Amino acid sequence: MIVVVLSGFALALLAPSLYRLSARWAGCVFSIFPAVLALWFLSHMGEVVGGHGLRFTYPWIPAMGLELSFNLDGLGLLFALAITVVGTLIITYAGSYLHGHPSLPRFYLFILMFMASMLGVVLSDNLIALFVFWELTSVTSYFLIGYDHDKDTARAAALQALIVTGTGGLALMAGVLLMGQIGGSFEISALAADNAAVQGHRLYPLVLALVFAGAFTKSAQVPFHFWLPSAMEAPTPVSAYLHSATMVKAGVYLLARLSPVLGGSDIWLYVVTGFGAATMLVSAYQALYQTDLKKILAYSTVSVLGTLTMLIGLGGKYAIQAAMVFLMAHVLYKAALFLVAGSIDHETGTRDVRQLGGLRKTMPIICAGAAVGALSMAGLPPFFGFVGKEALYEALTHDNVLVTVVGVLTSMLLFAVAWLAGIRPFSGEETHTPKHPHDPPWTMWLGPVFLGCLSVLFGLMPALPEKLLSAAAGSVLGKEVHMHLALWHGFNALLVLSLVTFALGVLVYLNLARLQRVTEFALPVVRRGPSQWYALWLRFLNWSAVGQTRVLQNGYLRLYLATIMTVTAVLAWYTFLAHADAGVIEFNWGDIGVHEWVLGIVALVASIATVRAKTFLRAVVALGVVGYSVALFFVLYGAPDLAMTQFLIETLSLILFVFVFYYMPPFKRFSTRPVIMRHAAIGTAVGALFTLLVLVATSVQWHPTISTYFSANSYLMGQGRNIVNVILVDFRGFDTLGEITVLAVAGIGVYSLIRLRLGKGGDS
Amino acid sequence: MNSLILRTASRFLLILLFQFSVFLLLRGHNDPGGGFVGGLVLAAALTLYAIAYDVRSMRRFLPCRAQTIIAWGLLAAAGSGVWSMFKGQPFMTGQWAHVYFFGLDLHLGTPLLFDIGVYLTVVGVVLIVIMSLAEEVEEED
Repeated sequence: MIVVVLSGFALALLAPSLYRLSARWAGCVFSIFPAVLALWFLSHMGEVVGGHGLRFTYPWIPAMGLELSFNLDGLGLLFALAITVVGTLIITYAGSYLHGHPSLPRFYLFILMFMASMLGVVLSDNLIALFVFWELTSVTSYFLIGYDHDKDTARAAALQALIVTGTGGLALMAGVLLMGQIGGSFEISALAADNAAVQGHRLYPLVLALVFAGAFTKSAQVPFHFWLPSAMEAPTPVSAYLHSATMVKAGVYLLARLSPVLGGSDIWLYVVTGFGAATMLVSAYQALYQTDLKKILAYSTVSVLGTLTMLIGLGGKYAIQAAMVFLMAHVLYKAALFLVAGSIDHETGTRDVRQLGGLRKTMPIICAGAAVGALSMAGLPPFFGFVGKEALYEALTHDNVLVTVVGVLTSMLLFAVAWLAGIRPFSGEETHTPKHPHDPPWTMWLGPVFLGCLSVLFGLMPALPEKLLSAAAGSVLGKEVHMHLALWHGFNALLVLSLVTFALGVLVYLNLARLQRVTEFALPVVRRGPSQWYALWLRFLNWSAVGQTRVLQNGYLRLYLATIMTVTAVLAWYTFLAHADAGVIEFNWGDIGVHEWVLGIVALVASIATVRAKTFLRAVVALGVVGYSVALFFVLYGAPDLAMTQFLIETLSLILFVFVFYYMPPFKRFSTRPVIMRHAAIGTAVGALFTLLVLVATSVQWHPTISTYFSANSYLMGQGRNIVNVILVDFRGFDTLGEITVLAVAGIGVYSLIRLRLGKGGDS
Repeated sequence: MNSLILRTASRFLLILLFQFSVFLLLRGHNDPGGGFVGGLVLAAALTLYAIAYDVRSMRRFLPCRAQTIIAWGLLAAAGSGVWSMFKGQPFMTGQWAHVYFFGLDLHLGTPLLFDIGVYLTVVGVVLIVIMSLAEEVEEED
């Protein structure tokens, strides 16, 4: 199974080079891959449906007890099939839709990578692995939304999606870690087996809040839903795949997957159901006001995500069953409708529903696909959408009146929306469009037609997907489920509800303009609200970043130094006075030899000369003398390596100064007398502190020094006699690696800063 | 700078100091020296040459750009640590081997490769800084 999940990443990396081999057929060739995966998943259907999920475990970071464990159960299989089957159609479609686009190789790279990540999300049993794949879907989604990176709006939408889902992702990470800590395992199956440990813990509400933040942002629940309509800037295949069929369902998937662990409590019930219900109603209402075909579909997707969330929140047999049926129905019709919208855009040059009409004559095949999709979305028999809606009503009527009313209202609105998006562009008189439309090539109608056929087939014979859906519901509920789906349930209350919905839906559609006028007052609140909060929040972030940078990164070296030194002096002096005992110092003036006195005095005089110098050259030379004196101290105390390095560094610094002199302004003194006094005080405090520290440190021995260890083991383990060097390249080699990396970064930084300055005189 | 004495001397010094820097690098494991000091010596020698002539003449001695030298240095240092991972040991465990070469018994190990990496990185970083500064001076002259 690890091959199934990870091969997508390998293919993604190869995709750009493969694309160059055959640009024309790349779409069809790449689509073979998800098709093969889909067949693999189908071949395991029997085992999964029979209740024997597949489980594969690979050690990942054994030292931390982390495993890559994959679990193929009913829920995972349902999602995996949606991902691979729709993926096959999408990649075939995209080959024609984006034909000739210069960055098409990049598209394949990211869409394949996304597919693999998404499979990882739905198959991982390990929470950490799930989180990693989850974040990968956010990142690939960012790149796919911003595919037309020349467009400002595309970049902004991509960033918005990344910030919203990424913030949720961070919360989810905290939630996952917390859950793993409390429950004692990162395996979802293990956590589900003993959910009392998590639910009984006092941090359970916090875990819930964090997981909800992740799931609700990903699945675009109100008030985080605004990113999804913006994400329609992505190419249509991406919208169809990520933003309707798969990625946005990841949040719903997570809630379903974790409901055995976290679900069942009152908070779960009210929060999940509440957010879901609000989302489904608000966004179905917003969908009515859109004129862009893709935005209409986007808002209706958000509405469906809300429905699914609500059903998972309600829990219980009927609700979970309904969620699975509804989910499958939605994947089938919504992906088809998005692909239809893409084809219409591709062929006519516009997506504005007000400009579209009469396309049934010019695009008959697409029209058929659209009609099936729209009728299924409207919940009309004999399509699978009807079965989904019946299941939904059954679950809601089993619960209470309030959710039933919300459900009926939403279905009524979606009925009108389906008509608006799927039927209206094809009916009525032909209109004038930017391009003259005709049916697109087979690659572009295959998707809607294939999905449409499935909608009809499953609608007429609901027994076909019954077993898979039962298995999926079973893995959420944690027990065996036997669902019985049928198109005709007899003449009962559900049918009456459906009929009422259709009647209301037709009414809404016919009075669309009037309804839009009447309820317009509510629109600014639901539409502008959350995205305005987002804008305000970003502005606040920028403002505070600029503010604190101005204060902290003021650009004055002397202030940086003064800050660092003062903080060090205050903190270290405090600790020193509070804890250290200066009495332990063993110091004898007589121990200092004449040569040491001489060297010390030279260093001191040179320091004073540096500070009092009247020209740059004098200051630099005096500073060099200080450095050389220090190097000589190293020589005296038997540290030839250090001394050698110090000498060379001093020399090179001198040379650097020589080069820089050229740019120096005339030597001036800016500091006033009080400033100088303040700097002198700071300097003295730091100097005195370190003198005392060294004296105390050398007088007291708490532990045997580490140097004994090094000198004993340098030759034995490091195979070298020069201890300093063995420490640098072997014992502490990792530190050195870090240091030279910093050095390299600093070098390149200097280079680019100087180049940048050069550029200033020129073009910028 | 236009000084005949410095120019003549720097040509000899460059060769001598280059040899000295390699000497420091190789002896570092048992005696004072090492990649860091060695790299500084070579960088100083090249800088001296650049002062005597100009940066362009000095650049002739470099096989590639300074950035590339840094990259190779980091690659060598990091790569020396990966070796042990293939043998199932932790990152950067020293690997040693005796190599017999024309009757010489050479005691080679990955720490030497690491030190070469340090050497190259130091040379590259010092050169990139000095060349950036010096070239600006030369361009404006």
